[in-house]
Amino acid sequence: MSEATGESRSEPAHVGDDEELTATRGTADVNEIPLRVRNLRKTFGGITAVDNAGFEVERGTMTGLIGPNGAGKSTTFNCITGVHTPDSGVVEFNGTDITGLEPYEVANRGLVRTFQIARELSEMTVLENMLVAPKNQRGEKLWRSVLAREDVNQQEYELVERAWETLDFFDIDHLAEEYAGNLSGGQRKLLELARALLTDPDMLLLDEPFAGVNPTLEERLLEHIHDLRDQGYTFLIVEHDMDLIMQNCSKVIVMHQGNILTEGTPDQVRNNEQVIEAYLGGEV
Amino acid sequence: MTDTEPDDEYAQRDDEEEVSFFGITFPNDGTMLLVLLLATYALYLIAGAVIGFPVRGLVNQLGQLTFWIALFAMSALALNLQWGYTGLFNIGIVGFMATGVYVTAIISKPVYGTGTSAAQVGGLGLPLSVGILGGVLAAGLLGFLAALPALRLRADYLAIVTIALSEIVRFALLSNTLSEGTVGGYTLGLGGGNGLILDFTDPLEALIRALSLPFDLVTGQEGFLWTEIYIGIIVNGISVFTPGNPKSVVDTFAYAAVLLLVLGGFYVLLRRTGNSPFGRVLKAIREDEDVTNALGKNTNQFKIKSFVVGCALMGLIGILWFGTQGSVTPNTFRPRITFYIWIALIIGGAGSNTGSVMGGAIFAAFLFQGPRYAKNVIETVLGEPSAPSSFSQAVAPILSADIVPFFLYTVDNMRQLQLVLMGVVLIVLMHRRPDGLLGHRKEIASSVPLDRPTGNKSLASDGGETDE
Ligand SMILES: Nc1ncnc2c1ncn2[C@@H]1O[C@H](COP(=O)(O)OP(=O)(O)O)[C@@H](O)[C@H]1O
Ligand SMILES: [Mg+2]
Repeated sequence: MSEATGESRSEPAHVGDDEELTATRGTADVNEIPLRVRNLRKTFGGITAVDNAGFEVERGTMTGLIGPNGAGKSTTFNCITGVHTPDSGVVEFNGTDITGLEPYEVANRGLVRTFQIARELSEMTVLENMLVAPKNQRGEKLWRSVLAREDVNQQEYELVERAWETLDFFDIDHLAEEYAGNLSGGQRKLLELARALLTDPDMLLLDEPFAGVNPTLEERLLEHIHDLRDQGYTFLIVEHDMDLIMQNCSKVIVMHQGNILTEGTPDQVRNNEQVIEAYLGGEV
Repeated sequence: MTDTEPDDEYAQRDDEEEVSFFGITFPNDGTMLLVLLLATYALYLIAGAVIGFPVRGLVNQLGQLTFWIALFAMSALALNLQWGYTGLFNIGIVGFMATGVYVTAIISKPVYGTGTSAAQVGGLGLPLSVGILGGVLAAGLLGFLAALPALRLRADYLAIVTIALSEIVRFALLSNTLSEGTVGGYTLGLGGGNGLILDFTDPLEALIRALSLPFDLVTGQEGFLWTEIYIGIIVNGISVFTPGNPKSVVDTFAYAAVLLLVLGGFYVLLRRTGNSPFGRVLKAIREDEDVTNALGKNTNQFKIKSFVVGCALMGLIGILWFGTQGSVTPNTFRPRITFYIWIALIIGGAGSNTGSVMGGAIFAAFLFQGPRYAKNVIETVLGEPSAPSSFSQAVAPILSADIVPFFLYTVDNMRQLQLVLMGVVLIVLMHRRPDGLLGHRKEIASSVPLDRPTGNKSLASDGGETDE
């Protein structure tokens, strides 16, 4: 299915497709690197938003993607998650080429994103928001919802239970029956993350999850993300608060003008000349 | 097989909530609807009785009122699936209705030369049940064709496509080229501007005859239910009370009753569709399609399903509405009908199935049939006075403080006035009660109650602190 071209870094080319992966846990490479982006390029008219970007995210880590406004971070996200089709380049997830798939197909493979501006389903309650997320619900087939209610109900009870558990985990269970549109900005971010979790993802892409969140809630959100990472979830987080990323991520990727400027541990990045010049304007 | 589900399936949730309407509080939606309907019928009866409307006419009016209530409630329900749930803007409803009834006509009209001598074209001569099925499928298929290109584009394109399509349907029905022709040995056609004579079996009779099959086997008499029970006992029984031709009055009532049953079917179907994971995805699409897609739902597929089912139901409504009128002409299917149904839905509050039924009922009773009834009543009371024929003749006497001509003129032009009234209601609603006349109704999209599962730590959902 997927092939590693000569361009790849030091890692050996991997083999195996999705099915094989779940059956045998695949090769060590795929196991370690769920997301691999190569030579990604996306232009809008004359603007080159992403230009030859490539990076990898290791399983079970929190990786930060930083860069000044307009660096191309959101566009990169959109190319990975199928919102945009890249002009060229390859996106591989769990060893499968997912370039150009529809967003729902990407999500169904276990790569789920949140949005830069929290997008709650405002005229639906928090619980309804949550219950949209689970994959392959029996009652999503119209005929079954009309004719085989018993079947559907049985699964619904399980989903409701999971939804409540997840709301408990995020401490927003007291808002369960509230309309999502009535939530505060920070609560919406929590809801978005909670909702994304109910899709049973392998990996989460969070676009500025801390923007517009007050410090207390930010602390809570971070704690949750760390907990989830400990449970084995992989995170790629876009953020422009440099310190926040440096303190919480094991690896940092720096974008600038559509390119990957550098990547490495927070310390390596902090001391990189180019980063200091291009992004930090000499501070730090 | 699905009857095994608990009766209280819905009762636990929204229906339990108190609802109020103009300061009157009702224990639940069902009671409110019932009170609303009874009050409407009482109002019609009282108005008729006080004024001395002939009993036969009064009874007929009530039958017709029921017909309209059922039809508009069904229509609002179908539109609610598309707009209220999925956010799909269909302003070509009437085109799907026309498709339904015309296709039924083509399938079920008798073969050319065997039916009404006045009919210029024939049909395929197949049973009405096949015709109805064909009409419903055709309307659904047309919906599919409209949706396929439009749904991939921005939301407003669907509106343009649907309104255009409904006019294309009407022009096709009007066209001379398509009015008559020979297809595979059959003389078929859309009849052009003259329309089609619906010379198939009367739908009511066809239904009763179909239901009669088991009785026919037992009694050995064909159409037992129709000849012996309906005509023999019911119609003849009624004729004891009302001399003259009682069958038409009984027919009106019986058909209205059938429509109420169909409305019940619509309600159950759409309620189940809405209160389910399927309906939940539709609602999510209405709120934010991109998010729904990002959560792994093939939104286009959901949108197409919702739209096609809605259109097929509209086709069925078209058949039930126009199929009993003896004939159809293309110009019946003007955008005005689409407008009516939108008002009914807006009155009831888009997004709610109970609201749709109430909106349909209120629209039918007070905006659609009400003014016509009022006109009837007033004219009867005044002994069929002759109204001035022009506006100037009506207004001039006002100067000499004689408002009677103006009043008569107004009454005489009730049908035009009705549209103005609807427009005013619409504007007031938009301003004062954007969630519908009856206020915001909660219909939670899930097939089971969403209460916290018991057995867990029983935290109250009263906003209290959690224990962590
Ligand atoms: N849909 C779009 N159409 C045109 N230009 C876009 C679009 N999305 C992003 N861009 C441009 O691409 C560049 C990168 O934007 P973005 O990816 O949003 O940056 P970041 O998220 O890093 O702030 C910016 O110059 C932006 O104006
Ligand atoms: Mg951005």
